[in-house]
Amino acid sequence: MHSYRTTSIQKVFTYTGLAGLAVLILAGFTISFFKSTGLILGLSLISTGVIGYTYSSYLGLPAGIKNNGVWYRSLTSRGIVAWVVGVVLTAFYVVLYFYPEYLEGIIRLFDPLSEGLSGKKASQWFVYGVLYTLAIVLFGIKFIKKYKHSKYQKYRTYSVIFFQTIFAFLIPEIMARLNGDLPYYDLKSIWPLNYYLFDSYQLDGFIQNGSLGTALLIFGILSTLIITPILTYKFGKRWYCSWVCGCGGLAETAGDPFRQLSDKSLRAWKLERWMIHLILVWVFISTVGVVYSYLLQTPDSYFISPNTFLISVGLLFSLVVGLILWKRSDWLAKDARSSVIAISSIVVLLLGFFFFSESDRVLFIPSYQIRSAYGFFIGSIFSGVIGTGFYPILGNRVWCRFGCPMAAILGIQQKLFSKFKISTNGGQCISCGNCSAYCEMGIDVRSYAQRQEPIKRASCVGCGICSEVCPRGVLRLES
Amino acid sequence: MDEKIVIIGNGVAGSTLALRLAEKGVASITLLSEESSYFFSRTALMYVYMGHLTKEQLEPFSRESWNKYPIQRIKARVLSISPEHQELSFRTSEGNEKQLSYDKLVIATGSKPAFYDWKGLEAKGVLGLYHLNDLEQLEEWAPNATTCPEAVVIGGGLIGIELCEMLLSRKIKTTLIIRENFFWSSHLPESDAQFVEKHIRSHHLNLIKEDELLEIRADENGRAASIQTKKGKTITCNLVGITTGVRPNIEFLKTSGLELDKGVLVDEYLKTSDSSIYAIGDCAQLRNPLPNRSAIEPVWYTGKLMGEILAQTFSGELISYNPGVWYNSAKFFDLEYQTYGKVSPKTLQPESEQHFHWETDDKAVTLSYDKTSEVFLGINTFGIRLNHKLVSHWIETAITIQEVIDRLEEAHFDPEFSNRHYKQIKHAFLQNH
Repeated sequence: MHSYRTTSIQKVFTYTGLAGLAVLILAGFTISFFKSTGLILGLSLISTGVIGYTYSSYLGLPAGIKNNGVWYRSLTSRGIVAWVVGVVLTAFYVVLYFYPEYLEGIIRLFDPLSEGLSGKKASQWFVYGVLYTLAIVLFGIKFIKKYKHSKYQKYRTYSVIFFQTIFAFLIPEIMARLNGDLPYYDLKSIWPLNYYLFDSYQLDGFIQNGSLGTALLIFGILSTLIITPILTYKFGKRWYCSWVCGCGGLAETAGDPFRQLSDKSLRAWKLERWMIHLILVWVFISTVGVVYSYLLQTPDSYFISPNTFLISVGLLFSLVVGLILWKRSDWLAKDARSSVIAISSIVVLLLGFFFFSESDRVLFIPSYQIRSAYGFFIGSIFSGVIGTGFYPILGNRVWCRFGCPMAAILGIQQKLFSKFKISTNGGQCISCGNCSAYCEMGIDVRSYAQRQEPIKRASCVGCGICSEVCPRGVLRLES
Repeated sequence: MDEKIVIIGNGVAGSTLALRLAEKGVASITLLSEESSYFFSRTALMYVYMGHLTKEQLEPFSRESWNKYPIQRIKARVLSISPEHQELSFRTSEGNEKQLSYDKLVIATGSKPAFYDWKGLEAKGVLGLYHLNDLEQLEEWAPNATTCPEAVVIGGGLIGIELCEMLLSRKIKTTLIIRENFFWSSHLPESDAQFVEKHIRSHHLNLIKEDELLEIRADENGRAASIQTKKGKTITCNLVGITTGVRPNIEFLKTSGLELDKGVLVDEYLKTSDSSIYAIGDCAQLRNPLPNRSAIEPVWYTGKLMGEILAQTFSGELISYNPGVWYNSAKFFDLEYQTYGKVSPKTLQPESEQHFHWETDDKAVTLSYDKTSEVFLGINTFGIRLNHKLVSHWIETAITIQEVIDRLEEAHFDPEFSNRHYKQIKHAFLQNH
């Protein structure tokens, strides 16, 4: 029997946290018995559990890497505990997305909190938002204590906690209180991660809300077209993926114990590149289709006609692809170049369907169906059920690596024109493998470090953990 | 017909050579190893025991990538070589003895732990930390603090301190016995040695200084039970780690007729006394060591470099071995250490070599320079990462200590947002200078 077992104090706090979850579930079933104390009791027990576990794990220990026993513990090495947690998490997401009626009791438990914030009754998404934010805050504190020696790690964790609590959670609730008709809008959730930004009900919401609504819509468009490329040029995609994004925030905090589970094989890398870019194509086409069909319904109401819109999108797209092939062709490996051409041809073909059929259909499929299939398969199943439910099995960044279209765009920008890279320090690498093992994106960092080459990969989210775990000071994030 | 190249040993030297040759299109490469089928990072063995890495993660090149190249890998122990027949004999893991002929032979058999003539070495639970098998032994004898409540480690070099960290990670009470007056003061200036010592003591390591092992005593089952030191201390323990250095692993060459000393003697092209046999890595001993360098340097970096250089030589570009400015690095528990150039320990410090030491609670540097010319000679850093290429360049171009102090921040390699201490270092230097 190895020695890296959970101590009895850690166990006490683990059970405390689980008891908190149990209180919420029980309270959900027998709401009259617990009333609103159930909510306070449940959330307090969960918080006490995580914070107590954190302090019993790291308090008094010297600053430094805390990976002892990672591959011996059941939870972090795909053991029984990992599978149990994975199945429970997955089941939670399935219920949340597809059978929210079973959460009715728990949702009602959150009513007082929701009414206090937005004045509305709680929905399943409110409950999810509270638990999600709580997870980032609590596990963020744990992460900060674990990496207390590193300012980079601390600062970016403060950042994700801030953006989650203020931007993702509080501001939309307050906006709803001030102006009930405004669409729920998390300002930091940028298209295409926010794939519903241009849905017709959203567009109606924005447009019918005067200058504030229009300003928000313009901000949304500028986020994608202007703000994102500028920040990625300066800092790399990390400014978003590991400093701002909510998915990234959860992955970096609650998901931190699972980063070593990412697949490092060449096969996984190939799969990643096809999947993430095809999903980007999907969200692109479905968004164009949805906007096109919105414009088609009332062709003369807006400053842009349906066909002008299509042509502008087509031109913008061709301009971007043309620039890539013209300016940066030599940066891309041969297979990457052919992928760019193949994927762009698919996009042009699909845009062509809209244009020449003068309808919002692609191969007779109306775009609202393409859009709702995307919401179902990618928005719900992939990002939620698989992306988070499978943390303990596939690692904490499966969604970010294989699925997220935002990460795809940022990755293209990072690869093609960002100042960001990871420098390697001369000949100091001893090929130990810690950097590759703890890379949540499955990048074989060591293969670059031992050849003394800088690392400039599209998928790198700049979490900086490779640099932390390197025992020889070989890796440095730079921008 | 292709030249048949046979490499004995798949450590960093042998494997680097094999892969470089394969990349250059050499068709006939045979790589023999008794220890493991695939090249692994020996310097990272500790991380497997501590649960940071799996064994397979120690392999710097994926198994797929090995199969891409026509490198024949044989798991076997080489018994002897016969240079006059250009042939070697080996025993496979199944126990069959076989012969293999070569056109060029490369000996890259590395080191083995240097055990001295202590009494009781045969006891169970006495081991070094070098071989993959040592890791298995360690798992057997020191799986946890119940089976192995106490351990003693003899010899305080880089491997010794790693072994201590490993054992302590499993809550095993560990005592380290060193000959020197401060930890690793055979290699570090005293101020550095004291700084490191303070750090390792904070990790609850019991350090006994200026003492040596006399004998190991076993219990009735033949398992190590205690040790006795030269100064008469008796320490109970269930495991004895011996990390008193390594020596070239070349016993099988005794009858070969090759010129041997401590290692296999090689010229500046890494060629042995036989014109078709070369030696690289820990087992090679340079006939004419370079200035300020040792004849045998059993470190990862030199092994890798020798492999790379010999690959060039074999593909027709004759390059003499010149490793450039000395560098190395290590980690003492949580304290990172880097060294560039020459920073002599007290016992080897010439009159002309001057040191400037600066430290805080968790960071330290020692800069070394020539007393009269003020030329910068080298630097040790603790808890501070510096840019290897730039610092090497400063040493190569012999700039002055004053210039290094002024420009130190240019070599900054710590993570973003880390505290920078260059102003304090400069200030302290100017006050003392």
